[in-house]
Formats: sequence, structure tokens, C-alpha cells
Amino acid sequence: MTRKLAVLPILCAALFAAPAAWADLQFNMPRGVTPISHQIYDLHMFAFWMMVGLGVVVYGGLMWTVIFHRRSRRKKASQFHENAKVEIVWTTLPFLILVALAIPASIVLVNTQNFHNSDLKVQVTGYQWLWQYEYLDKKAEPVYGFYSRLSLASLKRMSIDPPKSPWTDPHYLWDVNHPMIVPVHKKVLLLITSGDVIHSFWVTEFGGQVDAIPGRITQWWINVQKPGIYRGVCNQICGGGHAYMPVVVVAVPQDAFYRWLAASRAGRTSGPPTMAQAKALMHGNVPLALNGASSSEKRLASEVKS
Amino acid sequence: MSTEATTVHGHGPAPGIMRWITTTNHKDIGTLYLTFSFIMLFVGGAMAMVIRSELAQPGLQIVNPDFFNQMMTLHGLVMIFGVLMPALVGFANWLVPMQVGAPDMALPRLNNWSFWLLVAGMSMLLSTLLMPGGAMEMGWTMYAPQSLQTPFSFAFSIFSIHLMGISSILGSINIIATILNLRAPGMKLLKMPLFCWSWFVTAFLLIVIMPVLAGGVTMLLFDRFFGTSFFDAAGGGSPVLFQHVFWFFGHPEVYVMILPAFGIISEIIPTFSRKPIFGYTAMVYALACISFISFAVWAHHMFTSGMPTAANLFFMYASMLIAVPTGIKIFNWIATMWRGSLTFETPMLFATGFIVTFTIGGFTGVMMALVPADFQYHNSYFIVAHFHYVLAGGTLMALFGGIYYWLPKWTGHMYLERLGKTHFWLTIISLNVLFFPQHFLGLAGMPRRVPDYALQFTDFNLISSIGAFVFGASQLLFLYNVVRTVHRGKQATDRVWEGAHGLEWTVPSPAPYHTFQEAPDVK
Ligand SMILES: [Cu+2]
Repeated sequence: MTRKLAVLPILCAALFAAPAAWADLQFNMPRGVTPISHQIYDLHMFAFWMMVGLGVVVYGGLMWTVIFHRRSRRKKASQFHENAKVEIVWTTLPFLILVALAIPASIVLVNTQNFHNSDLKVQVTGYQWLWQYEYLDKKAEPVYGFYSRLSLASLKRMSIDPPKSPWTDPHYLWDVNHPMIVPVHKKVLLLITSGDVIHSFWVTEFGGQVDAIPGRITQWWINVQKPGIYRGVCNQICGGGHAYMPVVVVAVPQDAFYRWLAASRAGRTSGPPTMAQAKALMHGNVPLALNGASSSEKRLASEVKS
Repeated sequence: MSTEATTVHGHGPAPGIMRWITTTNHKDIGTLYLTFSFIMLFVGGAMAMVIRSELAQPGLQIVNPDFFNQMMTLHGLVMIFGVLMPALVGFANWLVPMQVGAPDMALPRLNNWSFWLLVAGMSMLLSTLLMPGGAMEMGWTMYAPQSLQTPFSFAFSIFSIHLMGISSILGSINIIATILNLRAPGMKLLKMPLFCWSWFVTAFLLIVIMPVLAGGVTMLLFDRFFGTSFFDAAGGGSPVLFQHVFWFFGHPEVYVMILPAFGIISEIIPTFSRKPIFGYTAMVYALACISFISFAVWAHHMFTSGMPTAANLFFMYASMLIAVPTGIKIFNWIATMWRGSLTFETPMLFATGFIVTFTIGGFTGVMMALVPADFQYHNSYFIVAHFHYVLAGGTLMALFGGIYYWLPKWTGHMYLERLGKTHFWLTIISLNVLFFPQHFLGLAGMPRRVPDYALQFTDFNLISSIGAFVFGASQLLFLYNVVRTVHRGKQATDRVWEGAHGLEWTVPSPAPYHTFQEAPDVK
């Protein structure tokens, strides 16, 4: 027994002695880039540490009896088998811990459902197996939209006959042809629905997921705090292509966003944004074609600010 | 004259194969259930191996996405309806009559019928794999409208669910009837072993939920083949309605699979602690409490479906509340071990391992009850890890422990202790290698039910797959140990374990074909 136990520390040491190998691995939920994702992350960590605390008590107690109350140490077992006081204690204490968890959870839940006063509304529709993004005006009419599907680079590599290596595409299953573009520091309301079966729109950096259900509109709000490329997936099984409908959202500076939207509405872009174009916008590099919007275009752009 | 009458009326087992087909003996039927679930463990396990092989590396290597989805769906259904539930029913058949001092189950012919319905149902479900278009592809939850896109084999899947549901209901009626009517004189309800109590409560759960599932899948059948639109938004129905119906069944179903496991653990721990169970009454009330609350938590599977905040709050609080009676059970088991005189034969190793792994599943369960946090956890690999910690780390561990614990009573032979211990250590280590990294995958954003994933998830998936292969291979040791013990092994004593108490340990080992023809005296 002791010989077996001696192996454990050696094993642990070996695992932690190679930090380089662990550096790339993601163990935890990302803190994300929206106010809601920060709150959810904090709630998750709070719950995690509460559970660690409880774990120390439960596993500590268990380890203690396993080590000290073995027959080799105690020939005769005590025969006690009831104690009402103890039962009351371990009914009440966990209950109090649950109350301590429920209070912040309720507050965060209410915050996630604060859908009022948005600056921009985007309708997200799931299909087998692609997403549609439509920018809505004040009357909730779509003013500009496009479809977004798995990137060609990934599509070329997802073959079983003959099997192909995905490793030559660094963003395998993580890239789309036309990413969704949103402005930073604006409250964007996502109105989510589906055109066929149930999907789920999930970007971890935005704090969570919402089901896309046919005949129903579900909501999620974001307020992205910094420009960047945020990746996600469909998270509800929707058939053979379930693994192949990623979500890519690029958050760009406000100025670039509204100029891009106005130009796109006016038909002065070459079509829906590509990843390269989105990256340029993200860095604030607005292509010449999108500049010099006429006053009517500016009006068009302002219409979407609801 | 009387001796002749005895042989004619067949007071022993019938000869040959007919013994197993026509038997109404609770021990034979228990053996049938356990054997069936053992075979299914390897069928469902083979499907898991396909799943983990495909997921060992990103890209598609072994199966195409459609077949992957069929494997994933059938793995779930086989493990739930073919392995865990039948195994627990097998334990109930063997043990409930012996533990309450009854000669047999109250309804022996019904008992035979329940078993063969299950075989018919499960065979039909597996046969859908061979039908044109293949089996169901949308996971065991069968969410509409996805499930309405499945090929015509869907009708067979639904019929097989009906058969298995009827089998469960009949089995439950039988257990309740046995416990209420056939207890030996002096065996008051609050004197019954906790295993009987756990099944008594579970049987009521099953009777309530199975008809709900039957109704739900029948509505699916009508939507798919007869043009109704219960769940079709275009026809005025609601896909979310199916989720409500399904989870009203599905959540208590989880407790159906875990409560009898609690019962098994509550039998093993006192024996090897050489101490009576701590807080017997609290344990009984905790069981009742869990099953009662389990009817009011179903929508915690649907936090992301856009329910009103008030509903989300209600289901969050109710789900968290279940942690209290579950905690009581865990604390009482540890209190039972406290200041005992512990030895760690294989059953006790599994019981201790059960507490360790099940509790991890309990902790993640509390985290997932928090609605906002669940917006992230929902449907990710985090939840895959959670429910495998509960069902593989919980129920399956309890089943292994229970088999090692009662096998000497059933067969009259001792199993190989060293091999049993090796099986335990391989199982618990590989189980954690298999499922623990899945927490990280889920938190980092890997969805469940995918045959393929982005490159950043590769390392943990590979570790998980290695764990899976070791876990699968370790079960071959278990198979060998059990089959060998059935045929030979050191003769077991009647009491088998020096700390064992209960009526089943007062009869000879192996337990004779008929026990307690005359009711025992319970003090
Ligand atoms: Cu989808």
C-alpha cells in the first residue's frame, strides 16, 4: 500500500516539471470581453472556490477515516449510529452555502436579461449548417445582412475519404467566410432564432450561449470592451454538420463599423466582409472605398442606432 | 406421493434452455437481468470506443459525422436503458425478496414478462443501426424538430422505447408489491435495508415518469408520420414543449439511475466499517426528499431556451436544494466509516471510490444549477464530464462494488481478490484520466456531440481517449473475474463478510433456488 502511494508524488512532480508543455493548454473558462461575461466568470470562480472548500471538508474527512480508522489501527469499531445534532448541522451548513451562491447568481441572472436601451440590434438566424446575420434598423427591419459558413480552408480538410490532416490550417473549424462585425463599446442586442432545427449560439468570450429555436426569438446582449476576433460554435446538435457551423465575431472600432455598414448598405463593398477585411477594420484601417460616405449614407448608418 | 408431486410441479429449475426462458424465479430473473446488462455494457462500451477513437485527433479519421452521431445516440440509450437500469433491476430481483424475507417477487410471471420485453425493446433499438438510413442521430434527448428529420427507422426506435418503458413500469409495480406485501413478520418498513428503501422510492419515480416519456415520444411519432404539429413551429406547435415533456421524464430518470446505487453503497459501507449505518432514518428521508424535489427541477436542462427570469430562478433554487439531501447521504456514509474498523476488500474500495468520484459530479452539479454560469457550461464538455462522473463514477462504480459484494452469495465462490483490486485501481485511475480533462475542454468552449473539433482542444481530447481505452480494457479483467467466479473459486461461507448483517447472509452460499419458503423471524 505505502509503496503504491509513493508513486503518486513522483507522478505529480513529473507532470508539473514540464510547464512548457502546459503553457498552451486552456484549463478554465475565459474571462471574456463583455460586462456580462466578466460577471459570469466571477460567479463561476466563486462557485468553484466554494466547491473546493466543501471538497476539502468532504475529502479531508474521508481521507482521515481511510488512514486512521483502518482495522490495522483500530481493532474494535465504535458502534454509534445516530446523532440528531450532527444531522442538523450538515443539513443547515450546506443550505447556507447554497444561499451564499444563490444570491450572486440571481443578481447576475437579472443583469443578463437586461435587454433595454441597446445601440444596435443584430438578428442571428441558425440554419443547417450556417448562420445568417442581419443588422436591424429602429423598426427592426433588416437593413443589411449576409450568410456566414465554415471557411473554405476548413472545408477542404474535413474529409474522411481520403482522410486529410487538419493541422495545415491553424484555424481549422474556427474560421468562417464572412464574420459578423460589431462595434466596440456599444450595447448590441442579439436576437436569435432558427430557420430549421434548434441550434445554439455560443461565444465563450461573450459570456454564454442562447438557443436558436424555430418560431421563437431568444436574446443576448453584448458590449464588447476591446477590438478582437471572438470565436464560437453551434452548441446544440443539429445533424451531420453540427460540428461545422462556427461563429466568428469581429469587434471593430465604432467609426470603422459605421462606415463599413453604411458602405455595405449602399452596395459600395465587394460583398459581405471577408476575414481579411474584418481584420483590417479591427485595426481601424478603413479601406478607401468605405470612406467619404455621402450624407445619405451617414443617415443610413445612423438609422441602425436604435 | 408428495415427493413425486414436488418433482412434477417443478420446484427446481426446469432443465436446459427452457429454464431461462420460462423462469419465474426471482434469482434466475435477476441473473438474466445482470447478464443482459453485462453484455450491453460491452456493446455500449464498444460504441464509446468508436466515439473516443474518432475524437482522439481533430479531423475525421474513422467514421463520418452521421455514423458518429448514431454511435453517440445509441451509446447513451444503451448505457441508460440497457446497462444501468437493467443491472439495478437485476440487483433488485436478487436482493429485495431475500432482504425482506420473502420467498419470491410478488408477481413472478409479470417479472419474466418485464425481462423479455426489455430484451425485445433493446434488440429492436439496436436493429435500427442496420435499417436504411441508420439509427437516430440526435442524441438520447431526441429534441424536436431535429428528431423529425430522422429516417423511417425512427418509428422502430420509438416502439422500442415504449417496450422498455412498459418493462420498467411492470418491474416497478412488482417491486412495490413485493415490499408492501411480502415482508417477513417483524420487518417493519423502517427496518428494511436501505437498498430496499432506495428501490421502493425509485419504483414510484419510474411509474410516474415512464408514461410521460411514452406520451412525449408518441407525439414525436405523430409529428413525424401522421402530420400533426405538436412540436413544429410552422404548424403552431413548440419545439420547447418537447423539451419540457422530455425533461419531466429525464431528470427523475437520472435519480432512477443513482438512488439504487446509493442503496448499494449504503449496504457495503457498514459491512466493511463493522459499524451500523449512521443516521438510518435521515438516509430514508433524504431518499424520499431527493425523489420528491426531482419532479420540480426538470427545466434546469433548459436554462438557455429563453425561459422567463422567474422560471429560471425557480428551477435554479429547486435544483440547488437537491444538493442538501444528497450532501446528507455523503456525510452519513463518511460518518458510518468514522471510528469504524475499516478494511478495504474490493467492494469497499469501489464504495470509497464511489464517494470520491460521485462527489465531484455533485460539485459540478451545484455549479451548473447557477443559471448564469450554466449559460457557459450548458451542452459543453463540462456537462459531459459532470454526468459521466455521476453515472460512470457513481452508478457504475456502485454496480461493480455490489457485484463483488454479493457475487459470493449468488455463486457460492469467492472472486479473485487481487484481480478485483487491480480492476478497481485501473478503473478509478483511467476514469479520472478519461473524464477529468473534459471539464477543461468544456470550459474552454468545446461543444458536446461533435465528431471533430478545433486544434486547440487536441491535447485534452487525446488524454481523454487514452483514459477511455484503458478504462475499456480494464473491464475485461472484470469480465474474466466474474465468469471465473461463476464456475469455480474458493468456497464462500454463508456470511461471506464478517461484518455483514441482513437476511440474505443467513441463507447458505450459494443461495438455494428457493429461500424463505417459511418466513424468517425478524427481531
Ligand atoms: Cu447547429
